[in-house]
Amino acid sequence: MSRLLWVLALLLCLPVAARAQSLAFDITAPLIAVTTGFTGAEVVVFGAIDSEGDLIVTLRAPDQRVTVRRKARVLGLWLNREAVEYPAVPGYYAIAATRPVEEIARPETLARHRLGLDNLVLESRSPGSDGAAFRAALIRTKQAAGLFPTGVDSVLMRGPRLFRATLVLPANTPVGTYQANVFLFRNGQVVGAQQTPVIVSKVGASAEIVEFAREYAILYGLLAVAFAVLAGWLADLVFRKR
Amino acid sequence: MQLYLPIAEMSVNVLLILGMGGLVGFLSGLFGVGGGFLMTPLLIFVGVPPTVAVGTQANQLVGASVSGVLANLKRGGVDFKMGGVLVAGGLVGSVIGVWLFSVAKQFGQIDFVISVTYVVMLGSVGALMLNESLRAILKRRKDNSAQGKLHQHTWLHGLPLKMRFPKSRLYISALAPLGLGLMAGILVAIMGVGGGFFMVPAMIYVLGMPTSAVPGTSLFQIIFVTAATTLLHAVATQTVDVMLALLLLIGGVVGAQFGGRIGGRLRGEQMRFALAVIVLLVCLKLFADLIITPDDLYSLSLPGAK
Repeated sequence: MSRLLWVLALLLCLPVAARAQSLAFDITAPLIAVTTGFTGAEVVVFGAIDSEGDLIVTLRAPDQRVTVRRKARVLGLWLNREAVEYPAVPGYYAIAATRPVEEIARPETLARHRLGLDNLVLESRSPGSDGAAFRAALIRTKQAAGLFPTGVDSVLMRGPRLFRATLVLPANTPVGTYQANVFLFRNGQVVGAQQTPVIVSKVGASAEIVEFAREYAILYGLLAVAFAVLAGWLADLVFRKR
Repeated sequence: MQLYLPIAEMSVNVLLILGMGGLVGFLSGLFGVGGGFLMTPLLIFVGVPPTVAVGTQANQLVGASVSGVLANLKRGGVDFKMGGVLVAGGLVGSVIGVWLFSVAKQFGQIDFVISVTYVVMLGSVGALMLNESLRAILKRRKDNSAQGKLHQHTWLHGLPLKMRFPKSRLYISALAPLGLGLMAGILVAIMGVGGGFFMVPAMIYVLGMPTSAVPGTSLFQIIFVTAATTLLHAVATQTVDVMLALLLLIGGVVGAQFGGRIGGRLRGEQMRFALAVIVLLVCLKLFADLIITPDDLYSLSLPGAK
């Protein structure tokens, strides 16, 4: 009984909380299924603001440890020599905005809210003399793989209040719980911010294969071998008949 | 047509992978090489993580080798006794190879060791085979009636533990194929390939086996080596992608059947000449990668890789 009262009380409070907010948004598909037919996906962020302003939308995957290596010539041969390790690099990072971010806010403000590829905090272990070159190579490679997309004018306004942004996940995007963030700027200052999770998860056959390979590694290996032997034998059988 | 690979965590074009499997399978059935020295670079080229490429193609090679052995069996080209001795040596060799691999890894230069091993092995084996097969082809042109000895007698024939291999028409010391299998096993562990490109010429030139029996026997040996490698990767690195292996298998087993058939019609020296050319081309490509300034000096690796 008391629980029901709690729920009622909460429901009564909700409209007040919502009215106080300058910004509200949601995701069309908060659960993205990575099936065997997965070729990438679109995350559509849509919402409303209370009055006009600029919007910056980001989508960020969980961090991964990444090692960046640089080749150097040794006795005429190109070998990996220097290496810089980054313990926490987002597996995917997308940013979209109503106009170029440097027009929306001053660099210090963007840095404080860690908005944009330049403001990604990428701490490195064993930083060499030219950490900047390694950092640039890291971002360049991620962008080339479609994992750090930056479509700057990709937040579209539908009238003065409604907005919509489409962020593209490539087929090689990592799985995990992503965070979608929307920042509302007015006069170069953040006046509203909201966050919501987006789950990218393997489902169906691809999820089962991964789980089986992890849980029963020896059995998985044996089955893989048996399967290959069978396929080889079947092929021979088919060809013998002809 | 795209398919998402669960372990490799990427999406690939099905037809492209089928075609790659078919091409490498064809060479596999033709020459009795596993084709790993071709498949691994091809897979990495289309974006498959290197560790997944090595682990998965080992699995694919099991199927392709079975298909190849069966195709060769019909022509009577498998010496099971010889194959058994080679497998015994190979298993010991792979244990030594895994140990050497971890030592090189501790010194942080495993990439370099792998590249140089590839270039040296492919280069020397390819050059040797090219030279010999060219001579044989020229000799045949000049004098058709020449009937030389079955094989040269070397110091290898003076070793103890002599064994009869009726299929290969050989009476040699068991230590020779055992040692050969051992060396192949070491190379397999370091290079992550079946070792066929090394075994095939070695069986012809060192053991003196008749060329017709070589592909089947080599493939027979490769079945066991690649099965062991698949298991090892499935347990230790979890980089065997069965989806990718399935696609490669479909292409590979079909290709191997065609290769096995055409292989039966080719003359020994022609086959060795063609294999020598392919081996040398791959060697040149790898050597060029080592000395030509790369487009991008930087490379990324995730913790899962390596």
